[in-house]
Amino acid sequence: MNKILLIIQREYITRVKKKSFWIATILAPILITAIYAIPALLFLNNTNTKTVEVIDESGLFTNKFKDEKGVSFKFSRQPLEKAKKEFLNSKFDALVYIPGNIVDDAKGVRIFAEKNVNLSLQGNIEGTIQSELRNIKLTRAGIDVKVIEDNKIDVSANTFSLSEDGGEKSSSAGGTMILGAVLGFILYITVFLYGSQVMNGVIEEKSNRIIELMISSVKPYQLMMGKIVGIGMVGMTQFLLWIVLTFSISTVTSGVIASRFENQLKKEIKIGATKEEIKKTETEIKSQNPMAIVDKVFATTSIPKLILCFLFFYLGGYLLYSSLFAAVGSAVENSTEAQQFMFPVTIPIIISFFLAQYSIQEPDSQTAFWASIIPFTSPINMMVRLPFGVPAWELLLSMVLLVLGFMGTTWLAGRIYRIGILMYGKKMTWKEVSKWVFYKG
Amino acid sequence: MNILEVQNVVKRYANHTALDDVSLEVPKGSIFGLLGPNGAGKTSLIRIINQITAPDEGRILLDGELLRQKHIEDIGYLPEERGLYKKMKVGEQLLYLAQLKGMTKAEATEKLKVWFIKFDIKDWWYKNVEDLSKGMQQKTQFIATIVHEPKLIILDEPFSGFDPINANLLKDEILELKKKGSTIIFSTHRMESVEELCDNIALINKSKVVLRGEKKEVKNRFKDNSYTVDYIGDFQSNSNDFQIIETKNLEDGLKRSHIRLSPEYSVNNLISNLISQVELKAFSENIPSFNEIFINVVGGEANEIL
Repeated sequence: MNKILLIIQREYITRVKKKSFWIATILAPILITAIYAIPALLFLNNTNTKTVEVIDESGLFTNKFKDEKGVSFKFSRQPLEKAKKEFLNSKFDALVYIPGNIVDDAKGVRIFAEKNVNLSLQGNIEGTIQSELRNIKLTRAGIDVKVIEDNKIDVSANTFSLSEDGGEKSSSAGGTMILGAVLGFILYITVFLYGSQVMNGVIEEKSNRIIELMISSVKPYQLMMGKIVGIGMVGMTQFLLWIVLTFSISTVTSGVIASRFENQLKKEIKIGATKEEIKKTETEIKSQNPMAIVDKVFATTSIPKLILCFLFFYLGGYLLYSSLFAAVGSAVENSTEAQQFMFPVTIPIIISFFLAQYSIQEPDSQTAFWASIIPFTSPINMMVRLPFGVPAWELLLSMVLLVLGFMGTTWLAGRIYRIGILMYGKKMTWKEVSKWVFYKG
Repeated sequence: MNILEVQNVVKRYANHTALDDVSLEVPKGSIFGLLGPNGAGKTSLIRIINQITAPDEGRILLDGELLRQKHIEDIGYLPEERGLYKKMKVGEQLLYLAQLKGMTKAEATEKLKVWFIKFDIKDWWYKNVEDLSKGMQQKTQFIATIVHEPKLIILDEPFSGFDPINANLLKDEILELKKKGSTIIFSTHRMESVEELCDNIALINKSKVVLRGEKKEVKNRFKDNSYTVDYIGDFQSNSNDFQIIETKNLEDGLKRSHIRLSPEYSVNNLISNLISQVELKAFSENIPSFNEIFINVVGGEANEIL
């Protein structure tokens, strides 16, 4: 037992000492934070207002373009040709031309700009013209303007998840989906990553020829399990550091972003505005904060439970697959030869990744259920389903089967490993390898 | 007293038998030569002694006890295919290997320091193994084999890869270990080192022990009662007393003949017979070298001698 600890220690320390481990550990949380913080910051810093000159020959759109954050509109009466000539020297960022016959020919609108017109501005202008034209056409058809106004209903659905005790929490389907996808994907990557580290470790020992010396001191099974556990712990260490670092970096970053929003808020609330107006603007701005959706998702999902389940399914999935990777490593003599033998091991991982794409769309379907119960596909698929809420018995069944699953694969792998590591100079076939399982002693 | 007894060991693989009813005894404090051509079954036997694999039949006693897991610490093994973790520091690696053989870290550090001083390699401790030359790696691995002071040391082709100077160093070390009471088994097909170092031998061929015993006794067994004489002149054998196998001309009229005596005829009689015919310059008994014995036995001609 003591010897297994020594092996685990060696496998762990030699890997944790590597520079590449620390680079990956520090870089990943920074990248994760950057993914949401950079758009948020860009959004905030985009303060320079664009002015747009509007030439409206139809006269229908006067005052219909409303100034909003980042864009202001100015109407002018000069002819298009003159405006186009003067445009480059003017302070305008864009020029919109609406022809006189716009109601009959909606395609006549033109937007000119020095650089490319950005999509949201174009969308904004098109949207305004479109809805105004609709109003005009409806009025012409004899429908009261008031009816039209009443029909502008703003629908924004709030989703709620019902818990068994009858309570309801507001949830975010989109956010839950993203969380599930991220967890599943991390699991997929790490099982692959650490599994192949185990395989390469075994190949290294075999091609180094230290293997014979090692197994004259320890049992092959001890060596294999020591390696698997050691590398698995490296993965756990990395996750824990990732979690801690991501949380602390995120807290700092979202603090900064939040205070910027606060400033924005103050700017936008004009002096003399009524209390109601202030409140409205506040909620409006708060809903724009990208952190809000994250908060919403975490409010419906228990984070400690999620982290514990993640670590469990990581360990289970890792143990299940890495022992198979170890068996592959023992049967070959170099990494190139390993490629062909890796195939049967990687196929179930890839299949479960594809199943996960389905599970995320239909987390309560039959397929998703079975995918998250069967040990080979369960780690990734259960993680994908988990943020949506999974009944306790399903989770428990999946966990028990996973434990049985990895006990099975490590047993099988151990049988292959003890023979494989001493085989040299022989081209391996699956038929040959399957015979090793039944060799004795 | 035997440190190791191998009793009727059989090991079968899928399509062949690697060891077929192999028995041998290794006396305590001796150097034992395990000889045999490639593929004879030496490595299979060594792996069984090291408990890397288990025999299908038969049993093995170490120091009078049935071989068990705990005996791993009593054995030091230098495999023929040398290997170390390339990215590890020399000191770290030796500590690791010593701890796997059951030493505590403090104990191992202390013992290793002694060896590092003895081999004059103190400044290697923090070097990566991959930065060492092949000879240096061999030394490192030899230290790994013996640092836990095992009762039984198994060296598989220990001299391969060593230059003559380091080979001598290793030889002295082996003799010193023997003096301290260790038993050394070494497996080799380099017969000159067997000649020099071994007290006992066993020769394995085609999965069977075909020859075993004390070095001198084995040699005596292979003596064919023949002699070499250098002389000037000519002589004949005119009876059944002895028989001239071959005669060669050396320089300055000197001749060398190979003579085999009949069992009843004494050496003294031969000499007096020769003196009466030629001028005798030199006379010696032919003692077979292990090289000859090896070729003889493995070549299949002498199987019936057993």
